[in-house]
This record gives sequence, C-alpha cells and structure tokens, in this order.
Amino acid sequence: MAAGRNIGEPVLIAEDVSLSFGGVRALQNVSFDVRQHEIRAIIGPNGAGKSSMLNVINGVYHPQVGTVTFKGRTRKHVHPHEAAEQGIARTFQNIALFRGMSVLDNIMTGRNLKMRTNFLQQAIWLGPARREELEHRRRVEEVIDFLEIQHIRKTPVGRLPYGLQKRVELGRALAAEPEMLLLDEPMAGMNTEEKQDMCRFILDVNDQFGTTIVLIEHDMGVVMDLSDRVLVLDYGRKIADGTPDEVRGNRQVIDAYLGVAH
Amino acid sequence: MFYREAGQFRTTYAADQQIFPIRQDRIAVVAVLLVAFVGVPLVGNEYWLKAILIPFLIFSLAALGLNILTGYAGQLSLGTAAFMAVGAFAAYNFQLRVGGMPILVSFALSGLCAALVGIVFGLPSLRIKGFYLAVATLACQFFVVWALNKFPWFSNNSSSGVISAQAIRILGYDFGAPHRILGVSVAPEVSTYLLVLVIVSLLALAAKNMVRSSAGRAWMAVRDMDVAAAVIGIPIMRTKLLAFAVSSFYCGVAGALYAFAYLGTVEPEAFTLDLSFRILFMIIIGGVGSILGSFLGAGFIVLFPIFLNTYAEPFARLLRIELPPGMVSNLELVIFGGLIVFFLAVEPLGLARLWQITKEKLRLWPFPH
Amino acid sequence: MQFFFEVLIGGLLAGVMYSLVALGFVLIYKASGVFNFAQGSMVFFAALTTVGLVESGMPLLAAAGITLVAMIALAVLIERFVLRPLVNQPQITLFMATIGLAFFIEGLAQGAWGANVRGLDIGIEDAPIEWISDSTGMAISKFDLAAAGICAVLVSTLALFFSKTRIGRALRAVADDHQGALAVGIPLRQIWVIVWGVAGFVALVSGLLWGARNGVQFALTFVALKALPVLILGGFESVAGAIVGGLIIGASEKLAEIYIPPVIHGWFGVTVNGLEAWFPYVLALLFLLVRPEGLFGEKHIDRV
Repeated sequence: MAAGRNIGEPVLIAEDVSLSFGGVRALQNVSFDVRQHEIRAIIGPNGAGKSSMLNVINGVYHPQVGTVTFKGRTRKHVHPHEAAEQGIARTFQNIALFRGMSVLDNIMTGRNLKMRTNFLQQAIWLGPARREELEHRRRVEEVIDFLEIQHIRKTPVGRLPYGLQKRVELGRALAAEPEMLLLDEPMAGMNTEEKQDMCRFILDVNDQFGTTIVLIEHDMGVVMDLSDRVLVLDYGRKIADGTPDEVRGNRQVIDAYLGVAH
Repeated sequence: MFYREAGQFRTTYAADQQIFPIRQDRIAVVAVLLVAFVGVPLVGNEYWLKAILIPFLIFSLAALGLNILTGYAGQLSLGTAAFMAVGAFAAYNFQLRVGGMPILVSFALSGLCAALVGIVFGLPSLRIKGFYLAVATLACQFFVVWALNKFPWFSNNSSSGVISAQAIRILGYDFGAPHRILGVSVAPEVSTYLLVLVIVSLLALAAKNMVRSSAGRAWMAVRDMDVAAAVIGIPIMRTKLLAFAVSSFYCGVAGALYAFAYLGTVEPEAFTLDLSFRILFMIIIGGVGSILGSFLGAGFIVLFPIFLNTYAEPFARLLRIELPPGMVSNLELVIFGGLIVFFLAVEPLGLARLWQITKEKLRLWPFPH
Repeated sequence: MQFFFEVLIGGLLAGVMYSLVALGFVLIYKASGVFNFAQGSMVFFAALTTVGLVESGMPLLAAAGITLVAMIALAVLIERFVLRPLVNQPQITLFMATIGLAFFIEGLAQGAWGANVRGLDIGIEDAPIEWISDSTGMAISKFDLAAAGICAVLVSTLALFFSKTRIGRALRAVADDHQGALAVGIPLRQIWVIVWGVAGFVALVSGLLWGARNGVQFALTFVALKALPVLILGGFESVAGAIVGGLIIGASEKLAEIYIPPVIHGWFGVTVNGLEAWFPYVLALLFLLVRPEGLFGEKHIDRV
C-alpha cells in the first residue's frame, strides 16, 4: 500500500443496488462507497456480480433498484457516454479494443471527448484541426511512454499478445485523464512479470495522477498489496467490506472461496 | 533496397502525421499527380478520357462515399445508387429552376440534398445493425428511384422521360465545347476531365483528412465495437448519422457528375440496384476502410469489362471455342462473383492491402532478406 | 368489399410464394448462420436448368430430377469453395460473399442456358376456380391455390424434419454454435452440404412455381430480394415466421398497390403505380424500428 496519499471523502456511493436479468439476480441490495484517491478492490467467486457492479457504475447496465452517486450527483439511469463525460474510464474483462486500428489510434480514441474540432475543420486539416491533433498526439505519447509501449505504437492491436493488449486498453482509459478508473481483471492471463509491471502501472497512476481506482481482481496477493479497502461479493450480495487484513480474516469470505486463495 | 526508409527519421509528431511520411511515397504521388494533371490532358485520346478516365474518377468518388459509410463506419449500405440519383436530380433541378445558379454551387447543393436523404435513411441504423440495416438501405434504394421515376416534377414533367443534363458552364467557359488556350486546342472531354479530376482530388483529400482525425477514429470505433465506443464517450448516434451524411454527400456529388459529366442525361434507370452492387464490389475488391482502395477498386471494375471485351474473343479463337453472343457479360458476372468470394476469403482488405504488402517486400528487393 | 377480399386472397396466395423462397433462406440461416443472398439466383438457376432440359426434349419430372442433382452438386461446391474458406469470419463478410455468389450463379445460369425469357408449364392452369367464381364472383386462381398447397406440404415436412429427426437436431446445434457442434462430433461439412442441398430443393420447387407463373427470366432473382422483407417480419430463424411474413408481405403489397395511389393522387395530383417495388421494404423497415428481431425471432443480448 502506498503511504502518504490523502484519501478523501467518498466520491462514489452505491446505495441498495439491485440488478436482475430476466430471472437471474446479478446484484442484490449492494451498498458501498469509494473514497477519493483510494484503490478499492472488488473480489468474490466467479458469477458474484463483480463485473455487473462495474457495468452499473458506468452505465452499461441499469439497476432496477438503487442509486449510484458520483461526485455528488445521484442518478439511477446513466448512459455510458455520460459516465465518460463525468470522468469515469474503464477496461473490460474480455479486452474491448478496436481491432481495426493501431495502438496509437486506439489510445487516441480515449481523447475523443476532449477534442473540440468538428468534421469540417478536420476535412480541411490545416489550422485548428491540425493543431488539436498534434496537441492530443503529444498527450497520448506521454501515456505511451508511461506504459512503455513505444515500440508497438503503429501495430494493429489484433496482432499483439494478450498482455500487451491489456496494457493498451489501460492506456486508452488513461488517455481520457479520468477521475475514476474501473479496471476489470487487469491481470487476468498474465505471467508474474507482466503482473508486476501492471501493478507498478496501477500504483503509479494512483500515486502520480491521484486517480481513484476500483479494480476487480482474482489474484489475492495483488489485492492485498495494492488495495486500501476491499469489497467482497458473493451471489450478488455484499458479504464483507473493509481493509485487506479485516477481509482476509473474515469467516464468510473464507467460506465463499472454500478456503482457496490464489 | 530502393524503397528503404532507413535514414528517414521523423523528429516531430507533425512529420509523423503526414499523409505520406516516406520520401519515396511522396515522390511517387507527385509523379502520379503530374501524370494526371498534365500528362493525360496532353496525350489522352477521346476514347480513354470519355470511356475510361472520367467514369473511373466518378466511380472512385462514389466508392469513397460508400467506403466511408461501410468501410470505416461499418454500416453496410446497398443504397449507394439511390444517393447518387438524388444528387443527379437535385443538380438538374437546381440548374433548371434557380436562374443563374453557378453549376459548382448546384453540385454542392445536390450533395447536401443527398446528405439529408442519407440522414433520414440512416436513422434506422440507430436501432438496426448488420444485414438488417442492409435491407433498410434496400428500402431507400427502391423507394427513392421509384419516387424520382413516378413524380413528374423531378424530371420537369418531361413527356419523353429522357431529360438531358444541362451544359457545364463556369464563368462563361463552356466545358462541352472545344477551346483554344494559349494556342493549344483543348477538346471538351479534356476540360471535363480536368474539372472532374479537381473535384475528386479535393474531395479525396478531405476524406483522407477526416479519416485520420477524430471523426475517422470515431467511425472506426463504432465499426469495431460500438459498446466500447459508447463507454469511452463517443456519441454513437451522432457518429453514425455523420457517416451517413458525409457518405451520401460524396455519393450525391458523384451522381451529379455521373449525369452531367458522363452520361449527359438524368434518368432513374441509370441508378439501379445493380449500380449499388457494383460500387460495393469496388470497395470489397479495392479494400474496405482504405482511401486508396476506393480508387483501386473503381479502376479495376471500370477496366476489367473493357479488358474482357477486348481479349475474350481472340482468346476464345485461340482455344478454338465459339463464344455465343452475350457470353462476355455473363463471363463478367461469373468472374466478378468469383473475385468477391476470393478476396473476402483470401485478402479481406483487398487490393490496398496487397499493395501495402508489395511495398513491404520492396523494402528488401532485390535482396532476399 | 368483395373486391377487397379478392385482392386480399390474391395477395395471400402470392405471399405463399414469397414464403417458399424465404424458407430457403431460413433453412440456411438456421443451420449455418449464413444469410444466403444467393438464394434468389439459386431459384433462377434451378428454374432455368429445368426449362433448358425440358426444351431439349426431356420430360418435366426427369428434368426436375436432374436439376435437383445439379443443385446438390452446387451445394457441395459452395461448401468447399465459399463456406470453408470463410469459416470464422463475421456474418457480414459471409453475407457479402453470398452477394458475390449470387452474381456468379446468375452468370453461370445465363451462360449455360441463354438469357431469353421462357415459359414453363407444370400442368396447373392459372385460371379462376370455377365453383368459387360461380358462387361468390371472386376470381381465385387454381394455380395460386395449388402453390399454397404445395407450400403447406413442404413446410410441414421441413418443420417435422427439424424437430423430430436426428439430422434436424444436428442442424439446430450447428446453427447455434459451430465449434460446440464440432466438439460433440457433428460432421459440420456433411451437415452444410445437406442443408444447402435441401435449400436447393426448396429453390427448385420455388423456381418451378414462380417460373410457371411469371416465366423464367432474370427478374426471378428480384423475387428473392422480396424475400428479405419477409424474413425481417418473420425473423430469420423461424419457419413459421417465414410463412406468416410471406403472407403479410404478399397481402399488404397487393393492398397497397390498390389503396395507396388514390391517396397520393389526392395529395399530389399524381397518378402512380408500381408500389410493390418498394412497399414491402419500407414496411419491413418500419417494423424493424419497432421490433428489431422480427415477429418470431429471438432477442439477442450482448454480454459486455
């Protein structure tokens, strides 16, 4: 855990969120908060509703019951691109990169919200469009430097190995300069080295930019090392909420995982 | 080794951002432009200009339009010919009914009319995807052509059903008549060719600029994964409708040029479903999602039937086969159909990608590795 | 009022013919997930081949039999040269490939048999049924009724085939998940050949009926295009949907042709005809806006 950060007031509050798909109850009365600048982990067995919770936070799913308050604004139904405008960025469990584009272009799409020129100016190119494109290119190159992916910037993402694709997806989320970052299993499928790199990046993001991070992760070592607080879900319900140490000793949590820690 | 980029360092983002960052490419492009703007008018004969180069340019423009919609934004459209028809009839009516309307303004306005129709028929794309959308564009194709046919107002209540496109006159210069400029005789087809070349070049440049900016990235994002695109803040509705609008604008201008600079007549029968398919074939063979591909595909589809017509008979005679009349057009269908399947299976990115691979091989040539 | 019923019934019966073509689409889509744009050309090819053989002296049944063999051969070739190379591509790519296939088959058919319009006589007259016209004064064609009967038989057979036989079940498995079907040992390639062969048979029946009604000509391929709105209304995966969709399209198209032009004349003072060129498509479009998955289709939920 990184010391010396100022963990602030709750920036995200989920109240009594319930979500169902037809007969399947993905989430039941889940309430928790995320404080500014902290790293919050959501853990639980498969099917516990973790990804669904992230999807509710950034508006991909709409809960039948309950509200989500972000930066003081309470809303029940929000559109994904509204969530993006409010400063939430995320990565996905099954990488959601744009396969037809290069790494550079994928990360540039993360800057789309900040671009102001319209298509006519872009058609002419000379003048404001060119300036804006170069300015954002500069910012994107900073992200590329940060994630150490300079050597693959022109490669189409479909050709990259899994670990690098995950890094590019993180880059796209970072390019938006988000206030809150939702990471869905960012280490899945990585070897030890790649995991260490990813941990380093996540900590640096939180440290340097102060970004609040909510992450879903299965690797307990990572969760214990990185997070300030942990939320545990099982069958759509919250079964524990506290610091890593508190959660580790919790009987219900151990039972939920059948005593197996990765 | 002649195509080596070694030693060409790009030290600024601006340099990297150019359309042709490699010096050899720049030289090649300048050469092509010289040939197009200077060489062809000097040596081109009437047949080549009227029957090959002018239609090639016009179809390239339509293919560009379709490529923006289907190749970059991923919205399959079978209604291309309908948008071209709107452009042609709009240009005709603007010229007819607004006294003293400059023809270039008519062309631009006809593009805008087509863009409006494109937005209307693009609205379903917000709910419908994939080949359901293709069927919706079929509705556009059939309805538009039917309406232009059945409502006599569009063709100025002409009784014969054949309306001639008006002459192209810019600032007194008649593009349909021969001229003498600086002692050089300029045939009408040369003037027309240059006009079409300028229009198509400018619009192609604009298209290239758009697709490498945030507009193009937004289109490609919507094509590749629209849920993810929404999550990062790309406005899906606006992006799709913009693709329809820009694409239809290009097709509309192409349609106007088709009527005014090539056919000489404005008739709905010139804009059938068959034409829509042809243009779709152009982008499949040439390369979806590629500006260059639009030109390559158009060139192929324009040149191939001529090639077939010229060489099928002698070839058959060589093999001592008797070719029944009309066989050549069937051969065309068979070969086109086969090529479509071939390209989709072997190289879905078309001739443009084959060209890219050639360039990569040229880096090493004549050395083996 | 009587005129309305006459138009309605005529439309319904014409719709049966559309359903027949749509059936071929549904079969292929159900079993291989491919939207076969070439179905229309297959109808054309079947009709043309039969007529060509009949003209060279063969009796109708033999000609039809040989055509069926040709259709199965076509199915084998399609599986080998179109489906296999494109096996993991997105649906839209397969769809475009079938557009290419359509052109190929059309060129082949016309190249082999020539492009003249021909008549086809399959022994059923296109004349009003006497006892109906005598009792109610409505003109309903024998031919249309026979076509409806044939279609009904075909549909019930196919429906039974899908639900009751082992092969039918295998076909449904393949439609859901190619890889899964492979994993349980279903011979994918054989299945595809079977499906495209059956679709070829349906195309043959459609071709004979349509050819007898309208003459065997290139315009037959446009009939297949008409099947698209049918499929949109009925959903791409439902045999029942193809029937209902066909009936609705057939009926509405004829009714629109009669009742909309007077309205247009009233508004614009223009006399129009030929609405059937676009009406089914616009109807399908409006329908899609309300129910994107069709009357009988299944809603697709995308997992993020």
